Amino acid sequence: MGMRKVAVVGAGMTKFVRRAQETGKELSWEAVRMALDSCEMTIDNIEAVCMGTAPDAFDGLHMKAEYLSDGAGAWLKPYMRSYVGGGTGIFAPIQGWYHVASGLFDTCLVVCEEKMSSFYPHAQAAFLTIFDHTTERALKPNLLWIFALEMNRYMHTYGVRKEDIARVSVLHKRNAADHPCALLGEPDITVEDVLNSEVLAWPVQRYDVSPVSDGAVAIILAAEHVARRITDKPVWIEGVGWCLDTAYWTNRDLCYPRYVEVAARMAYEMAGITEPRKQIDIAEPYDPFDYKALHHLEGLQLADRGQAVQLYIDGTAARTGNMPVCPSGGLLGVGNPIAAAGLMKIAELFWQLRGEAGARQVPGNPRRGVAQAWGDLMQVGTVVVMGR
Amino acid sequence: MSKQIKDFRGTPLRESDFQEGKVLYVHDALRGEYAWDTGIAIGHYLASLKKGVILGARCDHCRKIVVPPRTVCEWCFRPLTEYVPLQDTGTVNTFSICYVTWDVKRVEKPEIPAVIEIDGASPGHGILHKLGEVNPEDVTIGMRVQAVWKPAEEREGAITDILYWRPLKEVEKR
Repeated sequence: MGMRKVAVVGAGMTKFVRRAQETGKELSWEAVRMALDSCEMTIDNIEAVCMGTAPDAFDGLHMKAEYLSDGAGAWLKPYMRSYVGGGTGIFAPIQGWYHVASGLFDTCLVVCEEKMSSFYPHAQAAFLTIFDHTTERALKPNLLWIFALEMNRYMHTYGVRKEDIARVSVLHKRNAADHPCALLGEPDITVEDVLNSEVLAWPVQRYDVSPVSDGAVAIILAAEHVARRITDKPVWIEGVGWCLDTAYWTNRDLCYPRYVEVAARMAYEMAGITEPRKQIDIAEPYDPFDYKALHHLEGLQLADRGQAVQLYIDGTAARTGNMPVCPSGGLLGVGNPIAAAGLMKIAELFWQLRGEAGARQVPGNPRRGVAQAWGDLMQVGTVVVMGR
Repeated sequence: MSKQIKDFRGTPLRESDFQEGKVLYVHDALRGEYAWDTGIAIGHYLASLKKGVILGARCDHCRKIVVPPRTVCEWCFRPLTEYVPLQDTGTVNTFSICYVTWDVKRVEKPEIPAVIEIDGASPGHGILHKLGEVNPEDVTIGMRVQAVWKPAEEREGAITDILYWRPLKEVEKR
């Protein structure tokens, strides 16, 4: 297609915390500095900056990406913010990728920041305006409804049991215990703990849900000729895909995310992947709720419909399994500062594929990984395939 | 280089740090007011609800009837020109039993939001609404339900002109 190869050459992140003393601008700066230091670059080496950050409503600050730009290293540089709901953290690197793949820039810094704690008393309220103002909001919905409705439909359609879905939360939170930035790493959590947690909106319980968080992540992208000068271990962006389904969410079957499938097929085709279950070594599907990881593994074609939970039952998804799922700890364990959570998955694949993930390292020199995010009114899928 | 980095930045705060004045903060309440136009298709939908009828729209090209009605079919991107009155009965596609408010405060009586597939619309085409006159434990996916309307004189052309949906009693099943 006449596009250049693009590599991730550096990554950095802050801790994910419930409430950070640092402002969004300060969090962005910490993540960017770490990413630059990790590959011995300076901001002068960066030609363009892409920022991913979720609704202005969280911060009560209109055009918040412009406010964040100084911390993100964008002073007097080409700068653009993207926002596709929860899918943002995987879309921002796609945007950075086409900045470089197109030949327009040789390097691009991608920063994702979220500070959800400013919204008082709880960031949930910022989500209430996602619903249609005329046909839905009059019913006074809350955000948990759509997840509960989708989870119930998923369980019913395929006969998936809650006690099996809870395994997802257990694995991810245990994995997160090895992540130095994690908010909710719990090495000893059990399925019983999940099933005994408070029922919020049945079938969704407290431990089925990821925590709202503050945090920032940054990665640095470079064109091939630059990447090879910066590092001898570039991690290539091999395929990207994104797609949006209809906003009439009550008109489609919630049991299966076809928008994720469309995005995944686009990314796989670009990456030359014909048999994803054999060719993907690590999966980082978006997991704001435990059932969502299963939903997305199926959309990513890494499991048959309704069968993703088998990966958790038979150990395939474990860090030492054949296809580890969310070795980072995912959103359920590391935390869910919306846009930053998605880019955290890209940073995790970068570290995993370079063999630098420390206690979280997946054994066997993994060669290729896929990261995916999801958002808006349950309608957007964003997918990135990375390999070395 | 996660394993080489020992000092990840970010300073966690607790609620008590605010209460005890350990950190400064600024509090403000933003207020925005809006008046949304209902538009062409939803305008018809609401006017029809006021008369006690749920309105869908037909796409002749895709051969389907959607609800709520819209002016364009997102599948084929052709205009939807014909409105179709639907039944006020339907089938529960999925539901939840919600015990908390949006800010996670417990409620005494749980709400039962549901997606209800409307009779007369194409299969799988539903709307978001709530169930009532039913024990939460008795709700099932596939359950047949019927709209409970506000009295005609109290309807105002809103989705809340339907108060909730209750189980369709056996004798009423058609």
